[in-house]
Amino acid sequence: MSGNWIEVCAADEIDEEDVIRFDHGGRTFAVYRSPDDEYFATDGLCTHEHIHLVDGLVMDDIIECPKHNGRFNYKTGQAKGAPVCVNLKTYPVKVEAGSVFIALG
Amino acid sequence: MGSIVIVGAGECGARAAFALREMGYDGKITLIGAEPHLPYERPPLSKDGLSGQLPPKYVADAERYRVAGIEVLTDTPVSAIDRTDKSVTLTDGTSIAYDRLLLATGARARTIAGTDDASRRIRTLRTHADAEEIRRELAPGRKLAIIGGGFIGLELAATARRLGAAVILIEGLTRILSRGVPEDIAAVVAARHRAEGVDLRCSAKIERIDADENCARVVLADGETVDADLVVIGIGAIPNTELAAAAGLAIDNGIAVDATLQTSDSDIYAAGDCCSFPLCHYGDRRVRLEAWRNAQDQGTLVAGNLLGAGEAIASVPWFWSDQYDLTLQIAGLAEGASTTVRRDLSDSAFILFHLDDTGRLLSASGIGPGNAVARDIRLAEMLIAAGKRPDPQALILPETKLKALLAA
Repeated sequence: MSGNWIEVCAADEIDEEDVIRFDHGGRTFAVYRSPDDEYFATDGLCTHEHIHLVDGLVMDDIIECPKHNGRFNYKTGQAKGAPVCVNLKTYPVKVEAGSVFIALG
Repeated sequence: MGSIVIVGAGECGARAAFALREMGYDGKITLIGAEPHLPYERPPLSKDGLSGQLPPKYVADAERYRVAGIEVLTDTPVSAIDRTDKSVTLTDGTSIAYDRLLLATGARARTIAGTDDASRRIRTLRTHADAEEIRRELAPGRKLAIIGGGFIGLELAATARRLGAAVILIEGLTRILSRGVPEDIAAVVAARHRAEGVDLRCSAKIERIDADENCARVVLADGETVDADLVVIGIGAIPNTELAAAAGLAIDNGIAVDATLQTSDSDIYAAGDCCSFPLCHYGDRRVRLEAWRNAQDQGTLVAGNLLGAGEAIASVPWFWSDQYDLTLQIAGLAEGASTTVRRDLSDSAFILFHLDDTGRLLSASGIGPGNAVARDIRLAEMLIAAGKRPDPQALILPETKLKALLAA
């Protein structure tokens, strides 16, 4: 998969401790910038009712679904308890020359 | 080891059962429900779930209960609690012993006196079975009369319009959503329903509802009549306290519990829609909440307390409603507010913040398309929980990040 890096946006287009939506190839992803300035990516839809996570709140390493407050660790994709029980898929991310890239498997 | 019995297999009871296992409890867990289904989510019943999705949206599938070692008894009403013997009795006479008992008996739909056992043309919406019956009547050429402009009635109206049925909604008070929703937000909801073709009548008193096999007729106090293929009554819910009351437990607008959800019997707890509890953020005012998030939060909290944690409720009430593409979210309770300020977001979404006379944030209510208000409402909930007194002028400006106010 490492050969398939897709450019998402400029690194400074994502605020610290925030998330943006990225659509590519008919799929939707969520790309995060953590409070300590690292970047991460997951599937863009909550595993509970397929709501776009981009409208949710990022606090530390948690993204919370805007609809029913399902919580995931966006660094690992781990579901953090009811109502979500299915983990989020995560994707490798790198920052090069001021841009964020995501590797889609 | 030991045995924990949970009476009521809804969101709250199911959540408590799983939380007990997550917390390491390895004794027996018996989850007893009166409905024929495994625990399912009720919010979809008036929303997308009514659009024809079957089966219900289960909280968990049968395999997860099996793996967790949770025995689920469906279709099993409980007839009595014997507090001396520490057991519950099922309607078939079977008795199940408990060391700790959780009552998560929920609530049932209120009806209008005299219509309780009327024809199938008059219904309420609370269960999956109710939703299935109502769904059959929602189609072009059919006419639905909804009594009550609360969340259930309004969500049903929106779903019915999407499915092509004609809708008249009759509210007795001067406006819809008078319980807990600010007037400015209710006005947005009302305008949207009218734009979608709902015949919305406020200040309309009902004299009686007649029905036969084929249709129903609502007779209003002013003499006007409304004919419909189906009447759905959505005028609130009544907590299921009978079992607790018969066992001599304290009742006060629900099964009365303390801040740890313990009833007047130290081996019996109650949680979710069925109980009233002191709300710490609002001067320990006793409230009863009919809300999905509350059922989940209390289900999780009570699991720990059944195991002796003794933890008090600290969550802020949170509600939501979906109608058409609009979502309304409310955090906190606005009673006692002296100041209200408005924050306008993009796409006609806005949030009202309600503060008391000391400047403390009591509540935030927002409405907008999709999830436009969700993030700010979530942060408002955290501001309320933290007892913050944010600058009202800062709240008004959409460029103010509420997260920054939380840290302040």
